[in-house]
Amino acid sequence: MQIIKDKHIVDDTWQHIADDATIPAGDVSVSLARWQQEKHLLIHHKGKLGVRLHPADAVTELAGDISRLELIELDFPDFADGRSFSQAWLLRERLGYGAELRATGQYMPDQAFYLARVGVNAFNPEKFKDLPVILAKLNDFTVNYQRSVN
Amino acid sequence: MYQYNEIDQTLVDERVAQFRWQTEQFLKGELSEDRFRALRLRNGIYIQIHAPMLRVAIPYGLLSSKQIRKLAHIARTYDKNYCHFTTRQNVQFNWPKIEQTPDILAELATVQMHAIQTSGNCMRNTTSDHLAGVCVDEIEDPRPYCEVIRQWTTLHPEFDYLPRKFKIAVSGAVHDRAATQFHDVGLHLVKNDAGVVGFKVLVGGGLGRTPIIGRVIRPYLEQRHLLSYLEAILRIYNLFGRRDNKYKARIKILLKETGIEKFTAMVEQEWQLIKDGRELSADTVTAMKAHFIPPAYLPNAVGDKSFALYLASDSAFATWVKYNTVAHKVTGYKAVFLSLKAPDVPPGDVTDIQLDAIADLADRYSFSEVRTTHRQNLIFADVNQTDLYALWQQLDALKLATPNIGTATDIICCPGLDFCSLANASSIDVTKEINDALDDMDYVHDIGELKINFSGCMNGCAHQSVGHIGILGVDKKGTQWYQITLGGSSDNEAAIGERLGPAVAKSEVTQTIVTILDVYVQQRLEEESFLDMVKRVGISPFQEQVYANH
Ligand code: SF4
Repeated sequence: MQIIKDKHIVDDTWQHIADDATIPAGDVSVSLARWQQEKHLLIHHKGKLGVRLHPADAVTELAGDISRLELIELDFPDFADGRSFSQAWLLRERLGYGAELRATGQYMPDQAFYLARVGVNAFNPEKFKDLPVILAKLNDFTVNYQRSVN
Repeated sequence: MYQYNEIDQTLVDERVAQFRWQTEQFLKGELSEDRFRALRLRNGIYIQIHAPMLRVAIPYGLLSSKQIRKLAHIARTYDKNYCHFTTRQNVQFNWPKIEQTPDILAELATVQMHAIQTSGNCMRNTTSDHLAGVCVDEIEDPRPYCEVIRQWTTLHPEFDYLPRKFKIAVSGAVHDRAATQFHDVGLHLVKNDAGVVGFKVLVGGGLGRTPIIGRVIRPYLEQRHLLSYLEAILRIYNLFGRRDNKYKARIKILLKETGIEKFTAMVEQEWQLIKDGRELSADTVTAMKAHFIPPAYLPNAVGDKSFALYLASDSAFATWVKYNTVAHKVTGYKAVFLSLKAPDVPPGDVTDIQLDAIADLADRYSFSEVRTTHRQNLIFADVNQTDLYALWQQLDALKLATPNIGTATDIICCPGLDFCSLANASSIDVTKEINDALDDMDYVHDIGELKINFSGCMNGCAHQSVGHIGILGVDKKGTQWYQITLGGSSDNEAAIGERLGPAVAKSEVTQTIVTILDVYVQQRLEEESFLDMVKRVGISPFQEQVYANH
């Protein structure tokens, strides 16, 4: 499985773990709910840790955990749900999150430019052939009118 | 008016290229209907009954003659020789072909125009007072702030996928002509005790299905905090606005369900965290104001004697001056309304030939600028009184001088069943019928100030709930019926119209309006306007007459 990270196509080294699956060895991401419940165990995990956010999740609940996390995924159930854009902004600007912030799920390649501006630096494509499209879409505009993360 | 710099031009050009690619992908079957819909809406393209419809932005209603000529060219080349001005100061083309829309947008970009965010669940075109900069009751010209907001809202990366559409209006005068109380955010330029101009901020007003008057959440905001405050409002809305039901997704519902105290506290708290470091600099505001400096008025305009002579000698001219012109802050000048409400013409429609002629007249008589109004008319804002007679004759020849501004036949009307796929009932044909019944201009003038607003469905594009008389198309088992309301107003003393009674059949609408006007003429006090009488007596005298035979 390949993704885009910092404008390059790279292999996804993470495992995205469902709430009822056991945690394997290696780098793992879990839902916010699971993170909150099992944090005391997860922090002893040998690999890197990541959290997957649904648009309804309150980002600020991660305020105390930001330094432990090396991946946060913004999972789009629907491209029209724009809450993830504000979640990204809050993570970068308010919580000072500096590691990988990845869009995943049902977003459109045409939203990649906006996502990059609010601080998303990695993109999990819906389909393999979207990879070059997303890369191109990151350059849709060379100018902008307002301040955001980037 | 505002002139694009290199950044503005690059942005609209890149937007056209982006949309061209999206359209090609869609036509090749590479982009789903559902996704293309979201993308095309953000470029002003709806799919209506007959064809796509393209809505072009006219920022705060300001157009140059060059832009008007381009609209004429587009109407001629890509459409059926006309276009339609809307109640939100924008312009629509009803017959473009989807595959040609990128070319139309490219043509618009050559004259500093675009259709960005004129539809879809995003921040829409910022609207304002159509008499900004020239009216006698102005606190400060709102247009520089409108342009600041236009730029900030355009392609905002965080707020382009909101729960629902979001509209901002700015008024800079004592008398609110921009209906700021009926917008998602209304901004009113006000002075504080020290005489410094800032903004009164209203949130949660709106028309449509649930008409609500906006609430003041901050009585005074310093100018420099304009954008950070908007950002705070939008972030709260984007995160907490309802997304489970599109009829409950506007910010007015969030405000209502959260409660004004809590909502205001949320916005203020967010704002405190972001306000420092992103102030609007005094230099930015000054530079923006330089785009809106007054034109070179002739100092001796008021010295002209011919105007008074024509007024005295030509009563048709005098009538037109009375109804279709308003006072200007510079004595000797007038703002002139071009009525797009000639009998027989759907309200707001203009042909390519008229548009070209309007552009020529604007060049000659009004510093090459034209404005659009919320009531679907146009304005030449800066006409020397010496030129009024010649201008009137030429407008008359173009059928743009019907002396009915602000009267019963200055009806605002949405496209309804003729063009709109959401409509319950037709509006254009019924409007024409009402117009035909009111063909006696003396009677219309005797009735005086009256706002009739007519929408073809609950969405209320023609703002029927704030019409002095509102007409709303409803569907009753597949037939067209019409709900009448009285007493609405979007002025300073805002009010939502009260329902007269059961809906009336299509064949009875005109008679109902005529009856309502008869009741007014019989029962009004001296000098009392229709709206004032409704406020005084309520709706029952009207009900009694209208439903007398039922
Ligand atoms: S009010 Fe209804 S019918 Fe009229 S234009 Fe709007 S959506 Fe269409």
